[in-house]
Formats: sequence, structure tokens, C-alpha cells
Amino acid sequence: MNQLPRLRASRALAIPLPANGAKSLIETLAFAAAAFVLLILALFVAPHARAQGGFDVIIGLTTDKFPDTERALNELPGAGLATAPDIVEALVANRLYFNGPARKLYFADEAGKMFDAATGESADVMASALKKVRINNAVRRSLDAARGALTLMSPDPAKRKAAADSVFKSRDATALPLLEAALAQETVSANRKILEEARAAIIAGDSGANEVQRLEAIDILKSRGDQDAVSVLTTIASWSEGRVKAAADSASSVIQAKLALWRNVQNIWYGLSLGSVLLLAAIGLAITFGVMGIINMAHGEMVMLGAYTTFAVQEWARTSHPGLLNYSLFIAIPLAFLVTAAVGILIERVVIRFLYGRPLETLLATFGISLILQQAVRTIFGANNREVSAPSFMAGSFDFGSLQIGYGRMWIIVFALAVFFALQFVLRATSFGLRMRAVTQNRRMASSMGIDTNRIDAMAFGLGSGIAGMAGVALSQIDNVSPNLGQSYIIDSFMVVVFGGVGNLWGTLLGALTLGVANKFLEPIAGAVLGKILLLVFIILFIQKRPRGLFALKGRAVEA
Amino acid sequence: MSFTRRIMLRTAGAALGGALAFASTSAFAQGAGTIKVGVLHSLSGTMAISETTLKDVMLMLIEEQNKKGGLLGKKLEPVVVDPASNWPLFAEKARELISKDKVSATFGCWTSVSRKSVLPVFEELNSILFYPVQYEGEESSKNIFYTGAAPNQQAIPAVDYLMASEKVQRWVLAGTDYVYPRTTNKILEAYLKSKGVKQEDIMINYTPFGHSDWQTIVADIKKFGSAGKKTAVVSTINGDANVPFYKELGNAGVKATDIPVVAFSVGEEELAGIDTKPLVGHLAAWNYFQSVDNADNKAFIEKWKTFTKNPKRVTNDPMEAHVIGFNMWVKAVEKAGTTDTEAVLDAMIGVSVPNLTGGYSTMMPNHHITKPVLIGEVQADGQFNTVWQTSGLVVGDEWSDYLEGSKDLISDWRKPLSCGNFNVKTGKCGGAGK
Repeated sequence: MNQLPRLRASRALAIPLPANGAKSLIETLAFAAAAFVLLILALFVAPHARAQGGFDVIIGLTTDKFPDTERALNELPGAGLATAPDIVEALVANRLYFNGPARKLYFADEAGKMFDAATGESADVMASALKKVRINNAVRRSLDAARGALTLMSPDPAKRKAAADSVFKSRDATALPLLEAALAQETVSANRKILEEARAAIIAGDSGANEVQRLEAIDILKSRGDQDAVSVLTTIASWSEGRVKAAADSASSVIQAKLALWRNVQNIWYGLSLGSVLLLAAIGLAITFGVMGIINMAHGEMVMLGAYTTFAVQEWARTSHPGLLNYSLFIAIPLAFLVTAAVGILIERVVIRFLYGRPLETLLATFGISLILQQAVRTIFGANNREVSAPSFMAGSFDFGSLQIGYGRMWIIVFALAVFFALQFVLRATSFGLRMRAVTQNRRMASSMGIDTNRIDAMAFGLGSGIAGMAGVALSQIDNVSPNLGQSYIIDSFMVVVFGGVGNLWGTLLGALTLGVANKFLEPIAGAVLGKILLLVFIILFIQKRPRGLFALKGRAVEA
Repeated sequence: MSFTRRIMLRTAGAALGGALAFASTSAFAQGAGTIKVGVLHSLSGTMAISETTLKDVMLMLIEEQNKKGGLLGKKLEPVVVDPASNWPLFAEKARELISKDKVSATFGCWTSVSRKSVLPVFEELNSILFYPVQYEGEESSKNIFYTGAAPNQQAIPAVDYLMASEKVQRWVLAGTDYVYPRTTNKILEAYLKSKGVKQEDIMINYTPFGHSDWQTIVADIKKFGSAGKKTAVVSTINGDANVPFYKELGNAGVKATDIPVVAFSVGEEELAGIDTKPLVGHLAAWNYFQSVDNADNKAFIEKWKTFTKNPKRVTNDPMEAHVIGFNMWVKAVEKAGTTDTEAVLDAMIGVSVPNLTGGYSTMMPNHHITKPVLIGEVQADGQFNTVWQTSGLVVGDEWSDYLEGSKDLISDWRKPLSCGNFNVKTGKCGGAGK
């Protein structure tokens, strides 16, 4: 326990530290040195203090009560226990064990070897005979703060950044001396910035600090300018008085005004992202419905089959080639295309070719097929959702201004556009594309020119289905992989194709993106349910005005 | 007050008792040597994802009972039908089970709308339904036993926990747009306001079924949560929409330590389809978790894994509700010595069987059962870690005390009252004993 007052003293010393100023360099150095010496002292004096200082913490962790665990963690960084980092890491990894009656705490390393947490010496106990230290959210917060404080000096810059972030979030005043020490050493400028912001968050929220420093700290937070800063500032404003309150209020309203502008950018980005998903789902339908005129209700099931192909590929990679797991999507894309194209050709040959020119029968038949496919998948894979994991390059996000961009969403936009342009290329620049366009424009003329129209029909339907399968690969990343996956996209797909103009791929592109962006601007105002209804009403009105959609095909083909 | 109320109850009950005596003629018919049990769960369509499991549980329980020698010296025979997630079909299939197959009791339904659809059928043909899913309350039928949680056995304790342990002051009530979330949120809103939460600290958001693009809503939640007060999300988002919702939370970096999400429709089965590492610490409120550590539960999990021949299969709360419901029914039939509907309805009330969380659940006169309430945090392995639990059992409260128009109602199916919506203010029964 006698380490705590010492650290408190160093905090009291550190608070008058000027954030900037002419003579501050020497002072900063002096204070940093002082803080550093204290830290070293804390670490070296520790062995003598452990019997007393570490004792409480260990007991707190063995009572199996969340409040005790939380308190123990709050005191851990200051308790001067040499094994503190091990304890924290073990708790994070769920490898911290205790023996309640004996008041003994143990941690296991990654290999499962057990150590006594009080001494750090290896212990001869079985993990199965012990209980694990349980954590809840409150403990997890303390754990993050303790971990942040303990890893501020880590040699790994990424770890230091994470540590600084968690100190910023916890605003734990006891971490201030460690923070000062870390700030004195930090060389990476991005990390320095976060450390300074973390320090500012602590000082600005410290009612004991003097007003000038708190105002300066609020300025630093203002320059950070994000949602987290607003959160800190509003908290401070809620209990502060006078100039500090006014400054915090004005800073947070400045940030919020800026964020409101960014929210429009965010809506556009989200709209493009939603639009790209709609585009992926609809683009295959643009071929089968738009170009060939088949009302294909089983289109959604092609998407679903593509998603299940992705799942199967991942399972295969997981069990036999773990090294490929991260790249399994690249294997799944062509495979999903082949599988769904084959299923599409089969459906066309067995059912649809007998129904050309009879749209109602086609609708019913393909609806039946969609139910058969759903139930088949349910029988083979089970009714439950299947887990498709995200490869590392699609996980996480980065910040663009105040906009957070998820890698997954970004790659899906890229993929949707790539599929779109590849399809344009196939239709415009290959002989198959030429024949397909010829058949759809004038079947009898094409036939008399020697084109095998039956074969072209089957191939075109296969192409449309195959593209739906590739869409399934992308959708497996954002939606459930379940037998119902396709159902939720079929209506949207038809909506996009009809809105964009039947038979025109550019119309599909523009239609998907327009609907996506419009949806995302309506959603915050009207809510998700009403937004969708408004959009449907808009499309109905639009179709009344322009029955052939955004881009109407002109000429004789239209009448056919 | 209580004296006059009792007199009123008695008068009303006497009137009803006579009416009921006429109704108890049906359900004599049984198969020659077997007792038939109806299983009314969707095996295809949207709800198959949740309901197929419950069908399997019922088959397992019936098989097990038959190994023990059946019931009343007869074998049990499951009659499985598939209402295909189609609400009117539920009613048709229920009629078929009762009139054609002559089942003695039916275990089934998941969504409230399917229950509402079969309710008139069970009342008309006077047969018994066991409903195993947590629901919005505001209902008590003579012919239905509700073995899932009522709002006071799930939603309200969860909110209490967040207020006490996480000091939450700002609330997002997010749900799918249908009857269960709307009613639950109405109850929660009234409850929060009674606890002094201001209107501006409550954000209510509804999304369509199967909503898959959560970017805007998650961004809104983040914004709402940065007002300097601790914020939590109470999620009544249903089924399929949860996976993309949690994926988006993970992508947007909303951690449980910042803005915890407590869900009422997410259990072990739902988590089986998600990578739960980014979700560690988010909460769920149920009356059972697979991770509950006791011998009964371990034995049940073992049996379930053997029965499904899948060592990875998980168990969940509605499964436990079926286990409790089935055991209660078996006990009541043994007590009554017959499967006759009226006799079993009488025998059911007061029946007490072990639940899987280490205690006993009892069927109350309002056809709801007593349960413990557990709050669990999601772990990296897709299981829940119980962080809080009620010290005793909670009685299911069918008519919420926090809604106008329902706070004066009670339900008591014991004779002579036999009323599902008795108004204690007016002393009249709203419409039971039909």
C-alpha cells in the first residue's frame, strides 16, 4: 500500500506542468525525469513492498466478486507488483486462476504452464483444480485502463498507441504520472498527439487543476475534434462551472457543427456502400430479367448458393489448408461463379426453356424452384446460420477525416464495380456478348444468321446466375449465411432493375447507387421502416411517369 | 379492498364455473395404445432457423420418456407437422393436430403472431398448447401455458442490472418492427420514465424484418452515446437481422465497455453464426444459459449432443422452456391419471419440476411459470458468462404493471375464478371462459 501515496504525490507534482510555453522545455524535462525516477523507483522498490503492497491486490482477485476484482485492478498499476503485466495479460486472455480458500492467484502462460502470481515463480498446480477469475464490463474497463497504464512504455509503437487510446477513454487520473513519463520518451508523433490528448482529457476533467491549464486542455480536445472528444467535453461541461464550462460547451458545439457537415459525407458513403450491395444483387438479374426478359424468382437463391459456396470453401480451408483461410474468398469467387452458373444452366435447360414467352408460368415455376433450393440447402447444411469469417484485409476500419470507413464495405464497393465493368466487357467486347445481344434484340434474325439461340439462352442465363453467385461471396461478409439469405434481396433487385431501366446495365448501376444514397439520406430523418416505404412510393410514382425506368431502351426491341 | 375483491372474485367465479362445466367434453380420443403429442414448429421458411431445434428437442424428450416406460403405461407418439413459417397455416395445422390426429397436448410456435393465430383454435377445440419463447405478455389463455419469459422475467431485470451495475442513464431501445418489440419497448419506456429517465435520454428505433444495412443506425447510436452520459442499447432485434447488426457494431468499434448492448432475442444458437470476438462483453438476458454450471444441465447438454450426433450443437433458453413444459405436462397427466384436457388443465397449476439452472419452476395460476433471471456477457467462444442473477425465482407477470389498461388486470385460471383478464378495479372478468 505504501506505493500509492508516492504515486499520488507524483501526480500532484505533475499537474502544474505547463502544456506549452517558453520556459517549459527545461521544466518538462525536469518533470519527466522526476516522473521517470518515480516510476523506476516504483518498479525497484517493489520487491520490498510486495508483502504488503501486492498482498491486497492478490486477495482482491481471489474473492470471485466483481467489485473486488475491479478495485484490485484499479490499484494494480500502482501496487508495484513485478508480475502486474503478466496478471493483466493473463486476465485479458482468460488465463488467470485462483484458489479461493488458500487466497492464491496463479496465471498460465500461452503454453498452459502455471505460475504463482505473487512471486512469478512457476507453480505446481493443475488449472482444472482452480477457478478462473471472471470478468464483466466494469472489470473489463478497469482492465483496459490498467493495461493501458502498464503498456504505455511498451517497445511496440502500436501497443503504445492502443495504451494511450485506452488511457484517453478511461481518463484515469492515477495514470497521469505514467502518462507524463511516456510522453517524455515518445518519439512517434502520432502517438505523442494521442498521449497529449489523453493528458488533456485527464487535466480538463480534474477539478483540482488550475483554470488556465484546464482551458488549455480543452483547446487540445477541441483540436482532436471527434465524437470521443465531444463525449469528454460534454461530461466536463455537465459538472464544471464558469469559464471552464463555457469553454467546454463552446468547444463541443464547434466540434458538433463540424461533425454535422461530415454526417452528410457519411450518408453519401453509406449510400454508396448500400448501393454497391444492391448493384451486386441486381446485376445478375439485369441479365436474366433485364436482357432476357425472364422473371426469375430464384435469383436470390443463386446469391444464397454463392454464399454457401464461400462457406464450404472456408470450411475446406479451415480443416485442410489453414494457410489459405485468409485468401479463401479469392478461391470462392470463381468457384461460386461456376457452381451457380451450372445450377442456372440446369434450371434453364430443364424448366425455363419450355416457358419462354409465358411470363406468368415462368414466375410461378421459378418461385417453386426457389423454395426447392432453399429447402435443399436447409436439409444439407441445416437451418442455422453458418459462420463465414472475414479475411484480415476486410476487417477493421480507417479514419478519413471524421468519417470511419470499414475495409469490408470499401472492398465490396470495389468488387461491385469490378464485376460491373467485367460484365460490360463481356457483353461489348466478346463474341459471346455480341451473339447474346443479337439474340435478345431479334431472336429469329439471329437464328437465321446461324446463331444457336438455344445455346446462347442457356449461356446467358448461366452468366446471370453466375454473377449472382459472385454477389453471394460478397454478401456472405455482411449478412447471415442462411437458407433465407436470397429472399431479402429479391425484391430490392427487381426494384433496382425496373427503376434503372429494363435491359440497360448502366441504368442498373445508376439505379442501385441512387436508391442506396436516397435510402441513407431518408433513414436518419424518417427511420428505416418509413424510409423504405417512402422509397417504394417514390419508385411507383417514378414508374408512372417513366414506365421504362431511368434509361429506356429505344427501338424495335422494346416492342418484342 | 382485498376483502371486497375476494367477494367479487368469488361471484364472478361461480358464474363462470357453471359455464365451464359444459365445455369439458372434448379430448377423450387417443390412439389405441399411444398418447399423441403434437409438435407445431416451422421446419421450412424464415423461422425454421430457430424452430427446427425445438422440434428436435421435443423428439428427444419424447424418446427419453418412452425409454422410461412412457406415460400412464402407454407410449408417447410425436406428431410433427410443418407450418412453414406461414401464420394462417399455423392455425390450419393446429386444427389438423387436434381434430384429425387427436393429440393430447401440443408443443409449438415461436413468433407471437403464430401464437395469436393458433390461440382461437386451441380455445375452440379445447386443447393444450405449450409456448416456449419469451414474449411481450398482455395475454393469458385458458388453453395456453407460457413457459418462456414474460417482460418482467427478462426485460425489466436487464434494465435494472444496467442501471445498477453499469450506471446507465441514456437508453437506445432498438427493435424489429413487430408486436413483441413494440410492446416490450412500450413497457420499458414507461418503466424507465417511472425511474426518472427523461424523454430526451431515450431513443427508440425500429427496423424492418431481416434489416441488413446497419451503418446509419450504428452511427446514430454512437452519436447518441457521446452525450457524456453512460449509454446502453436494449435490443429486441429479431433473428436474422442480428448477425449484420453485431457485425456492424464490431466494424464500427462499438465495444461493450463503451456502449453495452443487451439483447432479448440473441442466444447461443444465434451467436453460433457469428465471430464473437469483437462482441465480448455485450449482454443477453435469459432464464437459462448453456454455460450454467450444474449437474442437470451438464447431463442435458450431453444428451442433446448425443441425440443430434453433433458435438458442437448448443443449447438455449427456449429449449429449456420446452424441457420444463414437457416435464410439467408429464407430471400433470400422471397426477390427473388421464390426458383429458380439463383434468390436465386443473392438474397443471401448482406443478413444480426442476429447471436446468439448479432450481424448481412452478406453474402459476396465470399459466406462466417461475424462473430465475440471468444476465450473461458474450464470451469469445460464443457462450455466455453469467454476471448477475436474481436471488430468487421471478413469477411471470402476464399483464404489465407499467401499461395503462393492463395494470389493473390479473389472470387466475383456478376455479372458481377461471379468468384470464380479471379487472381488479371493476371486479369484472373481461372475456374469459369463452
